Amino acid sequence: MSWVTAADRGLAVCEVCGKVGKMAENARCSRCQVRLHSRKPHSIERAWALLLAAFVLYLPANLLPIMETRSLFGVQRDTILSGVVYLWGSGSWVLAIIVFIASIAVPLLKLLSLSLILIGVQRGAPEQSLQSARLYRLLELIGRWSMLDVYVVAILVALVQAQSLATVAPGPGVVAFAAVVVLSMLATMAFDPRLIWGAGSDQQPSERTCEPKPSTTS
Amino acid sequence: MNTLPIACHECDLLLHKAEVPGARGVMLCPRCGAELCRVGPDNLQFLLALTCTALILLLLANLFPVVGLNIQGHHVDTTVFGAARQLWRDDTPIVAGLLVATTVLVPLVELSVLAWLLFPLCSGRRPVAFVPLFRSLQLARPWAMVEVFILGVLVSLVKLSHMADVLLGTAIWCFGALMLVLAVLSTAFDPRALWQAWEEARV
Repeated sequence: MSWVTAADRGLAVCEVCGKVGKMAENARCSRCQVRLHSRKPHSIERAWALLLAAFVLYLPANLLPIMETRSLFGVQRDTILSGVVYLWGSGSWVLAIIVFIASIAVPLLKLLSLSLILIGVQRGAPEQSLQSARLYRLLELIGRWSMLDVYVVAILVALVQAQSLATVAPGPGVVAFAAVVVLSMLATMAFDPRLIWGAGSDQQPSERTCEPKPSTTS
Repeated sequence: MNTLPIACHECDLLLHKAEVPGARGVMLCPRCGAELCRVGPDNLQFLLALTCTALILLLLANLFPVVGLNIQGHHVDTTVFGAARQLWRDDTPIVAGLLVATTVLVPLVELSVLAWLLFPLCSGRRPVAFVPLFRSLQLARPWAMVEVFILGVLVSLVKLSHMADVLLGTAIWCFGALMLVLAVLSTAFDPRALWQAWEEARV
């Protein structure tokens, strides 16, 4: 079955109001006057830049302590993983699994699968399109849940203060972790999923120089 | 037959409205499976009522403490702003900003903008600055994380339960109700209906 895209017909869908309009240079939507783009401009470059930044910060996010507990017995530094181990050890297995998925599995899987999608688009593999599209939709849905650990630290820091036997302070890891979550969300938003299915009509070949082959519109 | 074409925003597939099966409910793209449009209850007043409810709940959720602790007779509790202030003092202003933005500011902006757009549209007038505000609504949506915050509160309560008596504050119930209202709002919200109302409204 052959599919006809808006780009094939020289049309583009308005990102704001969803109206389909004629694509031309500097074309604007006839309803809301917003600039029309067949594909988001520089989508792949932006996504890669944000994604690489997230990869770099993923290490300190997991290695540095996200929380420091000072008590009469000394200072205890907790990383994300030790928080999961603690929950598991204290018998809250359900929460331990939830926190493990939200804070460790999801960020890593998100970074890896967005890289896979980007590499797939740049190599032009149309047989993977449906898989990539489904993966991308899943990324959009689950990315936000990684903020969980940031909220846990915020609540603990506010509640466990001078009056009690211990004080909890945020560690440097929590800043890196929050940055990973935000950067990977921005990378997902910067990427245009329509590129999975083929380049648009305003996509100049020079814009995608990192691609080994010129654009393959099937 | 409606000849107005629509295109999938995720794979750029071109369709005519008549080709899409299912006149009510959710329309999915036949190629990539993305949600093309959602035909909600054709009633802007319903959306406006939900928006006002959510605004009131958001206000209450920030006035009352979220959680409290009882440690040997001492009572400590915190609101969202209290937690943000403590993070600010502890030299992590970025995290404090992120906390306030994702649980208070973004939902507040989203709901106020929605109320600002829906109120005139319900009486057939065009709201001021419809296009930029609609755009900001789209940009704000992924950054409102009320449901993640609730789960975060629950996890921290479990972590604290061994050292003190934990108390759920009034605000956590407001956040819970807010989460439900926001979920109903997002399933009932059909951008196309809004744009149609805008086109039909008086300038």
